Amino acid sequence: MLIKCPWCGDRSLAEFSYQGDATIIRPSDPLSLSDNQWNEYLNLRNNPKGWHDEIWQHLNGCRKHFKARRNVVTHEIADTKPMDGSLQGGRS
Amino acid sequence: MNNPQIPQYRLPEGGRIDRSRPLSFSFNGRAYVGYQGDTLASALLANGVHLIARSFKYHRPRGIMSAGSEEPCAMVTMRQGSRIEPNIRATQIELYEGLVANSQNCWPSVNFDLQAIINKVSRFLPSGFYYKTFKWPKFLWMSYEKVIRHAAGMGKVATLPDPDHYDHMHAYCDVLVVGGGPAGLMAAKSAAASGARVMLADEQAEFGGTLCGRAEKISNKPAMDWVARVRDELAARPDVTLLPRTVVASYYDHNMLVLNQRTGEHLPTAEGFTPRQRIWKVWAKQVVLATGAIERPLVFGNNDLPGVMLTGAVQTYISQYGVLAGKNAVIFTNNDSAYDAAAHMHDNGIKIAAIIDNRKQTSPAAQKLSDRGILIFNNHVVYQAVGSKHVRGVNISPLNENGDKLSGGNIKIDCDLLCMSGGWTPSVHLFSQARGKLRWHETLTTFIPEKSFQQERSAGSCKGVWGLSDCLKGGAKAGAEAAKAAGFTKTRALKTPAASNHDMGDIRALWRVPQPPRSQTKRFIDFQDDVATSDIELAAREGYRSVELTKRYTTLGMGTDQGKTSNINGLAVLSEELGKHIPEVGLTTFRPPYTAQTLGAISGPERGGHFAPTRRSPVHDWHVSTGASFMPAGLWMRPAYYQQPGETMWDAIYRETKHVRSHVGLVDVSSLGKIDLQGKDSAEFLNRCYINGFAKLPVGKCRYGVMLRDDGMVFDDGTVSRLAENHFMMTTTTAKAGPVLQYLEYLLDVVWPELDVHVVSATEQWCAIAVAGPKSRELLSRITDIDMSNEAFEFMGVRQGNICDVPGRIYRISFSGELAYEIGVPSDWGLHVWESLMTAGKDLKVSPYGLEAMSILRIEKGHIVGAELNGRTTADDLGFAAMISTRKPFMGQRSLRKPALLEGERKQLVGLISLDGKTPIPRGAQIVVNPDGPTPVAMLGEVTSNCYSPHVENHIGLAIVKRGRQRIDEILWATSPLTKQRVRVKLCSPHFIDPQGERLRG
Ligand SMILES: [Zn+2]
Repeated sequence: MLIKCPWCGDRSLAEFSYQGDATIIRPSDPLSLSDNQWNEYLNLRNNPKGWHDEIWQHLNGCRKHFKARRNVVTHEIADTKPMDGSLQGGRS
Repeated sequence: MNNPQIPQYRLPEGGRIDRSRPLSFSFNGRAYVGYQGDTLASALLANGVHLIARSFKYHRPRGIMSAGSEEPCAMVTMRQGSRIEPNIRATQIELYEGLVANSQNCWPSVNFDLQAIINKVSRFLPSGFYYKTFKWPKFLWMSYEKVIRHAAGMGKVATLPDPDHYDHMHAYCDVLVVGGGPAGLMAAKSAAASGARVMLADEQAEFGGTLCGRAEKISNKPAMDWVARVRDELAARPDVTLLPRTVVASYYDHNMLVLNQRTGEHLPTAEGFTPRQRIWKVWAKQVVLATGAIERPLVFGNNDLPGVMLTGAVQTYISQYGVLAGKNAVIFTNNDSAYDAAAHMHDNGIKIAAIIDNRKQTSPAAQKLSDRGILIFNNHVVYQAVGSKHVRGVNISPLNENGDKLSGGNIKIDCDLLCMSGGWTPSVHLFSQARGKLRWHETLTTFIPEKSFQQERSAGSCKGVWGLSDCLKGGAKAGAEAAKAAGFTKTRALKTPAASNHDMGDIRALWRVPQPPRSQTKRFIDFQDDVATSDIELAAREGYRSVELTKRYTTLGMGTDQGKTSNINGLAVLSEELGKHIPEVGLTTFRPPYTAQTLGAISGPERGGHFAPTRRSPVHDWHVSTGASFMPAGLWMRPAYYQQPGETMWDAIYRETKHVRSHVGLVDVSSLGKIDLQGKDSAEFLNRCYINGFAKLPVGKCRYGVMLRDDGMVFDDGTVSRLAENHFMMTTTTAKAGPVLQYLEYLLDVVWPELDVHVVSATEQWCAIAVAGPKSRELLSRITDIDMSNEAFEFMGVRQGNICDVPGRIYRISFSGELAYEIGVPSDWGLHVWESLMTAGKDLKVSPYGLEAMSILRIEKGHIVGAELNGRTTADDLGFAAMISTRKPFMGQRSLRKPALLEGERKQLVGLISLDGKTPIPRGAQIVVNPDGPTPVAMLGEVTSNCYSPHVENHIGLAIVKRGRQRIDEILWATSPLTKQRVRVKLCSPHFIDPQGERLRG
């Protein structure tokens, strides 16, 4: 697989490290959450068939984190963006 | 080689071999002669050798069935000694001078195999036999397995290290063409004409594919002339890479393919810089699959006898190698391709005793042979081959009206060669690995590519196109399309030369040749795994419906040939048994690799010392020169102890330990992780990362910190020093240096991007030396301009200054519990500083100590390491509750309120001491109340660290024990059923030395 780092361009999968679900935002005030809400943030993840928005790190490269929209069925990557960018395409 | 005799099955001329270069080789200890350009298979056939191997399960005699990588029978063990390699197809071994090959799976010899008795009792060995028979009683399985493994041998592997080297290459191209036959060559030519970067790979030594083994013409000249011209044109282009002897084994996501090039297999030994094999990882923008087709065997009685061959292979042996596989042939077919073959064989002097065709009508192709006076039996079948170690004749019979039974009237025909053609199966392996969708083609009776999934297209016979002219045209078109899709938009398909265009005629499917009533003769489907029709019939009777399960139950297609000749036949027989249409039953999944790959090639140069990098401290050479024994810590090589003459290992370790407590020692701690943090929000960031406060840490001080994961478990511990207002240095454990940096980077990129902090690993930039012991201050005061007095340089202070004339830092921290300092200097000066310390401290008896002594010192002090930081312990479990800040948020804070972390039964860190004063505490032992109690014995916890303590003069340990802190002074057992050791232990505080910390501060 090739993954396009927003800073370095197309690089081999071996340079990257998967870092989780990009749709999960860490709560700004965890202490205000109930046990259930905290559990949901900490442990529960959706696993839809098809497109996922993910966080990847270019670990053996520039080491920056970025977002990728990847289809977990076909391994197609529709888009990659810096963490503050918004992903395009892929969904149908 | 002088004056070799031309063997009797070798034609006097013709073929792609070089008769001026005879090669001697040995098979099963006998000497033979072949020629440059031969394969082992062709050279053996030329010498009249047909019996090559014994079969996997029944030890039946097996010969050579094909001329390519589909070969399921002729498996041999190649080479000798450290280069010995089993299960190599004789059809793919290029002959070289001095080649040594041997039959496998037979004892004492292939001609007289004692285990062939199995064949006589084979009806007692149906599919699932091993599962059914040997599964009970369970305890005997181990001994059954040994016997079965011996009986079902697949050759022997080398037990010596592999002396050869293997290479890995990475490559990028616009168009990768797989297969160098007519379609592939034309595709490469078309793609290259546009200027695209093209790679062309073919598994044979010579390009041409099927053309190498046929008497075809292109533009009215021998087809191989055309092949040579195209190959030379391609070779002359700088953007074209030609890869002969290269099998494209695997097709992965994003058009990444893995190729195996046999760079040295055709040489006696691959010498110099030539690797034995090379793996290519190729990222191709577009791929053309021109992988050809494989002829199918027909499924009749004794179809595995040596001398029963695929018809196309017999042609290949004539045209490519000038070898006759026999002199008196019977041909058995269900399609027209065999008639071209028959004419070819007849032209070269093979007598055609008869052609047996299950189709009712004589086709036009057949008519031509009939005109030559060759006997053709339509609507007949060969139902059995006859012979013991080689085919001697065939029994043929007419079919009934439906074609599902013999209608009587047997005829026996003598022959020494039986050619079979059951139609052709396109090689869709790579197409299917790339997740392309296949479609069942009723008239071709096979699966063909329907819809591509990745950036690839098929051309030629792998797409079900048989005629040569059509294959050339299809190749030209596919090559142009691929180049266009890769961005070379003006590409056009090149014109193709004139060529024949024979197809296969109408095929009459014949999946199982009917047998006479009560016949026990086996009809093989998968020759490599000895799977016969009866096995699939049995599986269907026993209720198997899924093709994937039937495959595993019967082992159909599970050999190293991956069922290249057996997949469709097996599937068809299962479908007939289930009364279903073939596409309803479905095809088994094609998985990489296309042909078996050696482990040597896969590991490539990454073995031995090259498997992983070795990390060495800047002082490494000094450790080596003083005879240190090393132990690996992750990738690091760290000194374990420094043995002196006359000392045992333990003598050295205990001497080093005691020396630190009484004098002064040096330990190289360069492998500890060091992370440099800068930026105006660094203090705030650290505050959020650690359970304890860092915002108010003054410049010139360091602090011990504990870091949690967000789930509340301890992640790592270490010290942080404030070097300037916005400049910090963090240390981590050796093992967590990488993960902690990654975690900090994640927090800064993803969670708090608004913080102005930069983090970078400084582990390799700094050499770190711990100086520990009561004389450490005295030693350091001699080599630095920093004021080392207790008043000026307090415990947990950090100073920057000159150390042995080098700018560096001194941290007053202690891991051993003694008065201690840690020196940091730039790595290039590490050795200089270490040596200067050894010189300056000679009269203080300064002495190095290793990891073993350091480990004892830290256990005595109750410091935790990876064994305690095991991802399941909380700060409170480890005794750090008092450090947890209540005045700020930090990572993992919310999880500390999780019910599971608050419950009173959690395991806590305690010390252990051996009750009798002499029995060691076993590593990893369980803490229990009564090891002899009724099972299961309740486990209260486990020993995490253990050692003999010279300071306590007893065996001590650290353990994680349920409600441990409330159990201090309790007497329990530490028991290790694994090592059958047990000891009574008393629980105590984990601080065995100086619990008040007076030594540190003195
Ligand atoms: Zn990058």
